[in-house]
Amino acid sequence: MRDILKTNVSRRAVLGAGVAGASLLAMPAVLRAQDKSLKVGVYGGYFKDSFDKNIFADFTKETGIAVESVAEPTGEAWLVQLEQAAKAGQAPADVSMMSQVAMLKGQSTDLWATLDTAKIPNASNLIDHFVNKYPDGRIAGIGAVAWYITLVTNTDVFKEAPTSWSALWDPANADKLGLLALVSNSFLLEVTAKTHFGGTNALDTEEGLLKAFEKLAEVKPNVRLWYRDEAQFEQSLKSGEIPMGQYYHDVTGLAAADGQPVRSTFPKEGGIMDSGCWALSRASSKVEEAHTFINYMSQPKIQALLSRKVGTAPTVKRDLLDLTAEEFAAVSSDIDPIIPRYDLYTSKADWLNQKWTEMIAG
Amino acid sequence: MRREAPQKLTDYGPLVFPAGMLITFFVVPFATMIAVSFFKRNPSGFYTPDFVFENYARFLSLFFGKVLGFSLFLAVTVAICCIVLAVPFTYLLSRAKRRTQVLWLVALLSILSLSEVIIGFAWSTLFSRTAGITNLLVMLGILDQPVALNPSFGAVLTAMTYQALPYTVLVLYPALVRLDPTLTEAARTLGASPIKSFFTVVVPALRNTIVATLIMVFIFALGSYLLPQILGRPQHWTLSVLITDQAIYQSNMPFAAAMAVFLVLVTLGLVALTVIAGRKGEAA
Repeated sequence: MRDILKTNVSRRAVLGAGVAGASLLAMPAVLRAQDKSLKVGVYGGYFKDSFDKNIFADFTKETGIAVESVAEPTGEAWLVQLEQAAKAGQAPADVSMMSQVAMLKGQSTDLWATLDTAKIPNASNLIDHFVNKYPDGRIAGIGAVAWYITLVTNTDVFKEAPTSWSALWDPANADKLGLLALVSNSFLLEVTAKTHFGGTNALDTEEGLLKAFEKLAEVKPNVRLWYRDEAQFEQSLKSGEIPMGQYYHDVTGLAAADGQPVRSTFPKEGGIMDSGCWALSRASSKVEEAHTFINYMSQPKIQALLSRKVGTAPTVKRDLLDLTAEEFAAVSSDIDPIIPRYDLYTSKADWLNQKWTEMIAG
Repeated sequence: MRREAPQKLTDYGPLVFPAGMLITFFVVPFATMIAVSFFKRNPSGFYTPDFVFENYARFLSLFFGKVLGFSLFLAVTVAICCIVLAVPFTYLLSRAKRRTQVLWLVALLSILSLSEVIIGFAWSTLFSRTAGITNLLVMLGILDQPVALNPSFGAVLTAMTYQALPYTVLVLYPALVRLDPTLTEAARTLGASPIKSFFTVVVPALRNTIVATLIMVFIFALGSYLLPQILGRPQHWTLSVLITDQAIYQSNMPFAAAMAVFLVLVTLGLVALTVIAGRKGEAA
């Protein structure tokens, strides 16, 4: 053993071995590049697992394009990575699922390659507002999945389901609410505008926003918990400790199906509908494959599959889907949704954040 | 054994490793943070290297002043609570049997193995209306019906004191064990009651240790951002909570960095004041 260690290995030999080793490691990538493949970024964890299991394998079978799924972080960290990489001509993922605010921020630097709807015939299945466009009309992204935030209640405490978001303002609900703690993920300004000022257009001007803030401040005595951590509110909702609030429709449905005393209600003003888009990095060379992928994902049958398996709301029109009334109700509603004013979170981000923090903490 | 001053350059060798670690894991990140705090924020993107003061200017407002004030007040209160509880406790512990001491120290060390998340969720259950300690009081007939004790300032203070107490005890313990027992014996012989001898002999003898521990707990408590969120109302959120919001949710790194730098400067200033005040007190 000692002799082996003592053997004189020349520097050149070590370098040579290193190069050989590295090229050996790179081999699969070289081989794979000859086949058709696509790197797809989806939120890590439950989402990525569900997509890997239920969607990507079938896609490869049908189209011959291998999918390498990349776990992307939520928030804007992924946008920053894509942006930096694109400047260097790299694409850590070809197609990524992006939040609406990230879509708008990416648009400002022309990060998203223009999509050609001629190559995505299924795009016509989509509900109009799920097609994300540049200001000049070029298409930047196609709706991937949607989800709702609704009014949730504990059924032991509230025998009757509330019917309107105005329940948040009801003095009878003092110290009973759990609401999301950030302006950009609670979308409560939009809820206030739709409930009290006739629609989210009321937020167009600064005066309108200030009026909404003022109205929303009236909710404060009713709020027991402003939460960032979902588990914290979910636990309190189940136990009845905090019996009302805003929460994700899909997760609440799953908890109710487990026998927990919770319910999710679409108020008459509509649930808050948030969504993610498929977008293609301008640095990607897999333009054809990306279009095939987005087209595949926009089929009604795939959207129905996502609703059944992942619990997301479909981005295609209701009448094209084969979901039963019950399956549809589990993920969505026919009531006109409240669509967040994503534009405000890019144009007035810091101003809104400052006013919001002062409102809840002041 | 006499300590010799380093003679040759190689005598400084042992310092290379700690110095390297300190530079890699403290100096460089902190310098980066200071640099970023002067960068220009781009609301529709991220940030661009620049040299602007607007991040600091935004911080200089009544609102952030109040938040900073509350954070300092909370940290000082936690530090005082910890000292008030830990000094008598550690004193009694250091006089206890060896076996008892080991048991207590192991129990305290095991608290350190709990994460802040677990501590927060455990206290929020204990303070809840549906499953909390007030249910016990109802069973005992002290209360008519269970009440929720959180979110409240008391809940935040309790959990933070709980979290910092083991550190306090562990820092005080060696000093108290080394304290010469003949000092208190002399006080007792001269007619002081145990309580009087504790306050007139033990506490003054440990003055420097107590001040050092206060500073340590204060700095430890100042960084807390999870417990105020879980157990407090928004007005109990510390500056650290707002820094996290800016850094993670608003991707406003320059502003988050500016707030963090400000917090560090204020902390260092307060510590320096305490040390100077301590020296003056000694001289007098």
